[in-house]
Amino acid sequence: MEFKNPQEDLEQFNSRVAFAGGFVLVCFALLFARFVWLQVIQHDYYRTRADENRISLVPITPNRGLIMDRNGIVLARNYSAYTLEITPTQVRDLEATIDGLAEFIDIEPKDRKRFKKLMEESKRFESLPIRTRLTDEEVAKFIARRFRFPGVDIKARLFRQYPRGAFASHVLGYIGRVTERDMARIEQQDAEANYRGTEHFGKTGLEQHYEFELHGATGFEQVEVDSGGRPVRTLARSAPVAGNNLTLTLDVKLQEIAEQAFGDRKGALVAIEPATGGILALVSVPNYDPNLFVDGITSADWEALNNSPAKPMVNRALNGAYPPGSTFKPYMALGALTLGKRRPEQALADPGFFNFGGHTFMDDKKGGHGMVDMYKSIVQSCNTYYYVLANDMGIDNIANFMGQFGFGSRTGIDIEGESEGVLPSPAWKKKRFKKPEQQKWYAGETISVGIGQGYNAYTPIQLAQAMATLANDGVMYRPHLVRHVTDTRSGAKTPVEPQPLRTLPLKQEHIDVIKHAMVGVNKEGTGARAFAGAEYVSGGKTGTAQVYSLRGAKYNKDAVKQELRDHSLFIAFAPADAPQIALAVLVENGGFGAQAAAPIARQVFDYYLLGKLPPGAAPADEDAKEADE
Amino acid sequence: MIRALWGKLVAPIDGPLMTILGLLLLFALVTMASASPARLTTLLTHMAIALTAMRVVAQLPPQRLMRLALPLYLFGVLLLVAVALFGDISKGARRWLDLGFIRIQPSELMKIAMPLMLAWYFQRHESRLRLKEYVVATLILLVPVALIVRQPDLGTSILVFSSGFFVIFFAGLPWKVILGLGATAAAAAPFAWHLLHDYQRQRILTLLDPEKDPLGKGFHIIQSTIAIGSGGILGKGWGQGTQAQLEFIPERHTDFIFAVYSEEFGLLGNLVLLVLYSLLIGRGLLIAANAATLFARLLAGAITLIFFTYAFVNMGMVSGILPVVGVPLPFVSYGGTALVTLMLGIGILMSIHKNRMLVQK
Repeated sequence: MEFKNPQEDLEQFNSRVAFAGGFVLVCFALLFARFVWLQVIQHDYYRTRADENRISLVPITPNRGLIMDRNGIVLARNYSAYTLEITPTQVRDLEATIDGLAEFIDIEPKDRKRFKKLMEESKRFESLPIRTRLTDEEVAKFIARRFRFPGVDIKARLFRQYPRGAFASHVLGYIGRVTERDMARIEQQDAEANYRGTEHFGKTGLEQHYEFELHGATGFEQVEVDSGGRPVRTLARSAPVAGNNLTLTLDVKLQEIAEQAFGDRKGALVAIEPATGGILALVSVPNYDPNLFVDGITSADWEALNNSPAKPMVNRALNGAYPPGSTFKPYMALGALTLGKRRPEQALADPGFFNFGGHTFMDDKKGGHGMVDMYKSIVQSCNTYYYVLANDMGIDNIANFMGQFGFGSRTGIDIEGESEGVLPSPAWKKKRFKKPEQQKWYAGETISVGIGQGYNAYTPIQLAQAMATLANDGVMYRPHLVRHVTDTRSGAKTPVEPQPLRTLPLKQEHIDVIKHAMVGVNKEGTGARAFAGAEYVSGGKTGTAQVYSLRGAKYNKDAVKQELRDHSLFIAFAPADAPQIALAVLVENGGFGAQAAAPIARQVFDYYLLGKLPPGAAPADEDAKEADE
Repeated sequence: MIRALWGKLVAPIDGPLMTILGLLLLFALVTMASASPARLTTLLTHMAIALTAMRVVAQLPPQRLMRLALPLYLFGVLLLVAVALFGDISKGARRWLDLGFIRIQPSELMKIAMPLMLAWYFQRHESRLRLKEYVVATLILLVPVALIVRQPDLGTSILVFSSGFFVIFFAGLPWKVILGLGATAAAAAPFAWHLLHDYQRQRILTLLDPEKDPLGKGFHIIQSTIAIGSGGILGKGWGQGTQAQLEFIPERHTDFIFAVYSEEFGLLGNLVLLVLYSLLIGRGLLIAANAATLFARLLAGAITLIFFTYAFVNMGMVSGILPVVGVPLPFVSYGGTALVTLMLGIGILMSIHKNRMLVQK
């Protein structure tokens, strides 16, 4: 292609210059349009984004509510202590930093292990404790060297404390660091915002059940931060509101006496105020120290608790299911009266055994109890009477009647994870077993159920609830530990219902027959030894739950290994005419009910009704041996 | 006496250009005082050096510049080859040449050497510009650009390429060729996609959807658009930009200084800045139109449009309509080399303007 003369070249150049100028203006107009879009049309959006960038909400964790017994004695509280905390993202070499700190602050291998575990569980920007409960000296030492440790700081934090240690641990439960599972519960409650900054969550017991009452309302501080998240200044602040306090129906002194009465034996006790369902004492021994869990339990402690054959972490009162043994008999008798299967005075000649379907069911008294009416059947705990009765009533009647007393269903106590137990019935068996031959209900099985053995398995809280319901003439309450929740801000007390769950369709005259017989137990029967000289009238029933099937051999306590020995049970109420307390006691492998469990009930009643303290530690009443069953 | 000296000193200085430049430098100082006050002294030093360089160049007649064109270009290409062979790697790119006593970035030199060389080449073949001359010019352009692309340094290669392209454009490359090349480039874009480095592809993807990785690759763009948008019409006021002061804007004294300026002075400030750049470019184009020789015309036109490229690419990327490439805001961003290069360009414009009549006489 050929190009023209210089003049034309110049014209062409100038036209291109003009074009370039136009192009520049178009491009700048484009930029300006973009600026208008960002700075005028979208301005509000970007201003919000800028504020979100710079304003950070720093949560202020509220004080957790206190837990107090019915007299205001504190069982769970908070104390402030200094912790040494590291923000892992702000530390270049974590190991070197911890080693440096260890030069003047006592950091044990278990602290490092715990810190590592926390790091795995936590979010990126959290500051995590490497050491808790620093001494004043350690605080001073760190402050003097703080400049050497960027990303490490000392913080004053509130810690949960259970001042009485292992006391009532199964009631109180404990708190631990928030886990994924806890987060799911928090989300369920729509409480994520309120849990920002919260590090602990109730794991068991009341701490778990009343978590959202105890937690309180988190306060917030609006802080201006730079891009590194470092606070520059505070813009606004809303104060946290402490969690609500729990006042229990529990009586600390009573609980103490009950726990001590067990000595080093394993077992459970539940004492209920029949007229309200309020729990006066709830014992599961052995206990554990909930303080171990507060800042993360060490693996050594955890293994020790978990591997102990005594199973201290199991709440026997709610999760131990035991055959009720003879403590089942008063309810069997009441069922017989209600269904018209027996009259109280109707007597049976007891030959000492009962033959059924080619099998002989033995009464444990050789030669039998002679002529036995309903009163005597309870006072002397005659098995034969109930073998025959069970057969006469039939399993469906038994199951229906017992179900009303709450046997085999959760009581709804304000602690989570309660077991159901087993109320045996053909329907239950069908559900429980897979093979058709196992699913069939045999009439012989009904006979065992009649004396509280066989498939029967109930939790001590169920036994206590049934006892309280009977003592309260059939008016049933949900057992509960918290009497009222106190709002810390207003001081308003929200009482926990004592509204009756239901009133059982029972006749008062029938109830009176059974109560009278149970008074007889403590006066002249299997409980008489334990209640000798009591200054009040009480009703009770002993029971022995078989752990080991004797297969016809004579039971010899000394020949059987301790863990295979029978469980000792006792249910009781007092005073007989207007019951203020009803309880169930279980001593694992304690042998006869009269021997191990009944004396514990006596001590509890003596204190609750008379204010009488037991003479020293719980003595096992060896003399009561021959009386039971 | 002093007046005479002063008169001699300012003799080659073009008043309008100097006024616009002075205002831009003032903006640079004001913004830097907010973005990074600690760098003010260094910035003033840079400005002093750059003004001196400008003044020196402004005094050189275009003929002298012409004589420098070929040696400067060859020297630049040589250095680029040296960089490719022995260069230092910094931040994953081989851009620097360590001469023992000084580390230099030869691609920066090319921003001036390229338009000089091409303008010189077209001047030499003024009377017979045929297809062959354009092909040779294209080769002169592409060799160093290819070397810079390989470093890799996308920002500088765009600037060097456009500086050369502007010369060819003003030299009269026919429109149908330009449009044809444009169409070819558009058609080849999917193919070129594969030639890009991963990080360059990432930048383009980030531009399309910065929120995909808000704390990583999208962070720059998101934070700078937040800064600009939150500035509003009047801005938050000098020193009051939270995005800038709380360090949410990365590289806020260099490539992203426009975000700081825009957050604190708002749409109004942006308008003033755009007007200043428009005036600067207008003055440059006027100088080009009035220049005496083809060499001077081409050089002045190309240099002026480079200023435009800097400004447009920088503001475009900071406001999120162009991918992030390392292009500073001309005369405002911190960085001594870039400032000197830009002011050399101003000096050349002044020299061309001063000498617009001499040749014809």
